[in-house]
Amino acid sequence: MTTLTNNASASTPALPATPLSRRITAKVIELGLLPILLVAMLVVFATVEPRFLSAQNLTNVGRQSVYLLLVTLGQMIVLLCAQLDLSVGSTIALTSVITALALSAEVPPVLAVLAGLGVGLVVGLVNGLVVAFWHVPSFMVTLGTTSLATGAALLLSNGAPVTGVPLSFSAFLGTGSLGGIPVPVIIAVLVALAVYGILYWTNFGRNIFAIGGNELAATVAGIRVKAVLVAAFVVCSVLTSLAGVLLTARVASGEATLGGSFVLLSIAAAVLGGTSLFGGEGRIGLVVLGVIFIGVLNNGMNLLQISSYIQQLVLGAVLISAVALDRLRARMG
Amino acid sequence: MTALLRVESLTKQFPGVLALDNVSLDVDAGEVHVLLGENGAGKSTLIKMLAGLYLPSSGRILLGGEEMSFAAPRDARAAGISTVFQELSLVPTLTVAENLFLGRLPSARGIVARRRLRDMARAALDRIGADIPLGAKVSSLPRSAQQLVEIAKGLLGEARLLILDEPTASLGDRESERLLELVRTLSGQGLGIIYITHRMREISQIGHRVTVLRDGRLIDTVPADTGEDRLVELMTGRALEDLYPSLPRTPGAELLTLHDVTGPELHGISLSVRAGEIVGVAGLLGSGKSSVGRTCFGLDPLHSGRIEVQGKPLKQLAPAAAITRGIVYYPSDRRHQGLALCRPLFANITLGSLRHAKASTFGLVNRRRERSVATSYVERLSIRPGDIGRRTELFSGGNQQKAVLARGLIHGTQVHIFDEPTVGIDVSAKADVYRVMSELAAAGKAVLLISSDLPEVLGMSDRVYVLHEGHVVSHLTGDEITESAVLSTFFGEASTTTPGGPSA
Repeated sequence: MTTLTNNASASTPALPATPLSRRITAKVIELGLLPILLVAMLVVFATVEPRFLSAQNLTNVGRQSVYLLLVTLGQMIVLLCAQLDLSVGSTIALTSVITALALSAEVPPVLAVLAGLGVGLVVGLVNGLVVAFWHVPSFMVTLGTTSLATGAALLLSNGAPVTGVPLSFSAFLGTGSLGGIPVPVIIAVLVALAVYGILYWTNFGRNIFAIGGNELAATVAGIRVKAVLVAAFVVCSVLTSLAGVLLTARVASGEATLGGSFVLLSIAAAVLGGTSLFGGEGRIGLVVLGVIFIGVLNNGMNLLQISSYIQQLVLGAVLISAVALDRLRARMG
Repeated sequence: MTALLRVESLTKQFPGVLALDNVSLDVDAGEVHVLLGENGAGKSTLIKMLAGLYLPSSGRILLGGEEMSFAAPRDARAAGISTVFQELSLVPTLTVAENLFLGRLPSARGIVARRRLRDMARAALDRIGADIPLGAKVSSLPRSAQQLVEIAKGLLGEARLLILDEPTASLGDRESERLLELVRTLSGQGLGIIYITHRMREISQIGHRVTVLRDGRLIDTVPADTGEDRLVELMTGRALEDLYPSLPRTPGAELLTLHDVTGPELHGISLSVRAGEIVGVAGLLGSGKSSVGRTCFGLDPLHSGRIEVQGKPLKQLAPAAAITRGIVYYPSDRRHQGLALCRPLFANITLGSLRHAKASTFGLVNRRRERSVATSYVERLSIRPGDIGRRTELFSGGNQQKAVLARGLIHGTQVHIFDEPTVGIDVSAKADVYRVMSELAAAGKAVLLISSDLPEVLGMSDRVYVLHEGHVVSHLTGDEITESAVLSTFFGEASTTTPGGPSA
């Protein structure tokens, strides 16, 4: 709570007469409830379970949130275009199987990673091209590619984990660290910064917001909407495949069952972070907070040894109420 | 005699804005009372309070001598005040009859009584003399028919006061004529009518009295036969010497030429626009005039014929390609085709024009340059308020239109196609749009003005093409451009002037 108050006073130094409560309200209406909920949750977990705040555990939260962060950044880009990508889960699965197969065939690791990312490129192209040129709703297209990618992953792996991932590979990309910071965390932070730059500093980013805001207006303004849509889906799928490669390194095998929960969680984290499902609106900083929120929630419940069945229930309830509260806020603003 | 409606010192205060300040007026039974004012003058706020959408901050509303307090729109309806807003409230996927009785379909034991529904719907439409198929889906009807359905819906029950918010804004001349006739009939039946319009000519045609609002305050209530100049002066607070500026301009080479252009709505259109020239395209709704602009910009398909820019054929017909070749198109429907309303103003001004504004290199945006370009256009077009970070939907219609204008100007193209550039915007904003158009022509650009607003076509154009059912039925130049000359060909009769012909 203190941080929030400080922010509010820092941004409006010229208005000392405004009551504190109103400044807080204004900030809440601007940024949403997420920061408050996150702080509240941190306080609760820290009080109930002191181990929660240990450096080791916080590193764990970061390590575990990396994969969701990558997928959510991609999902956010697609959501900003007023589209949806339901195929992220199966993209991870297929990426994992392909990467592991390549590695087990003793292909150089760099090429294996590229093969994995190639999965994202292909899935993204299919999603984007069909949505942009055939005008099929992304909901349907990405459901279709979900089935295609899952089928391919199961077929290629015979439904069994693909072994033979070299130890050096998983030791570096999975559990390795540089200067004390886990490699996946470094990668995710770099990607987040890159996505920030793309969204706010490039024409491509501007066009994404514009298309989500009003596709027809963007067309009339001379934007090549189809190209932007295809690129957005490709970026989303490639980021998802990157998460798939890192996950493969982490579990040291190729799994056709990886990634199932990422569809729900990536959309949830983006929307928790204030991204509009109707496109055109969203802030990357808040989306990152949305990912951290889900990561902390998972981690805290694990520490408290809450059963995974109950965790599912809690997660669903928290997501729905958080988004509902957020709608309420939007109406106040 | 007590007035049907009496509004006493009505005030509405929003956080930070006094939207309506102590306004009083009255409407008699059988009177058509016109509300006149620029965008932001307080007209909408006033009628929203009468419709029960806003609660007044202070003041009284008396209907038939009784003081009213509306907590919700249904209270106003129950009291007999019926409002037809500009944004229609019909469900496009339902039929006309279902829309009329939406939420109160006649039924027996939960099953819709279809015959009774049909009879009731027929009676409702008969009352306003509208001949519309009851089983037609609303989405399949032209806008004018939708408007009639909305009015019929408003008159169901015991309406005593009908409020019409710019009912003719999206109608062509013939449809408007019929609607005005209906308004006359209804007032003849003793209904009190509050009528909002931006079309000055309608005031003397149907109005009895005019109440002028400006900046939320009542300026005056005057008889409807008050001269147009005087009304504009009351509305804007300044005399409008010349709405249509005429900067010196000399026509040069042909910049845009259409040869025998045929498409879904066009049948062999040939026309041309030269540098330093404003060319008007007039015609009724359905004449295909707005398809002329859309086809040049690749928004409507071209079946046959040729479109040339500076003498060279336009091969790829798409907005991005057209802009590259030097055509910019200002769409008629700024909310749907022009603007991403949830984005800040500057992002809409620079939408698709970042490169032309020299605000991006290698795909990277130069944000300082972007903002300074946006700010310079906000000043040049006097967009109010001048806060470029504000969400575009919070600006008034006139200022939104100027944002679309700014974007086109940044492109710096040779050909500018305006499609209904002043629909639903106030007189000062109109004057700004006309000023920009004549500055463009004076600078040697080609301007094509497609418009249903006849005075505007007559006032701005050097030449006028009149379209009817996809054909050019007359082509007028110089002194030939008169109201009667244009009107005489509106319904398809070719005038003495040779139709068509790309050159003057």
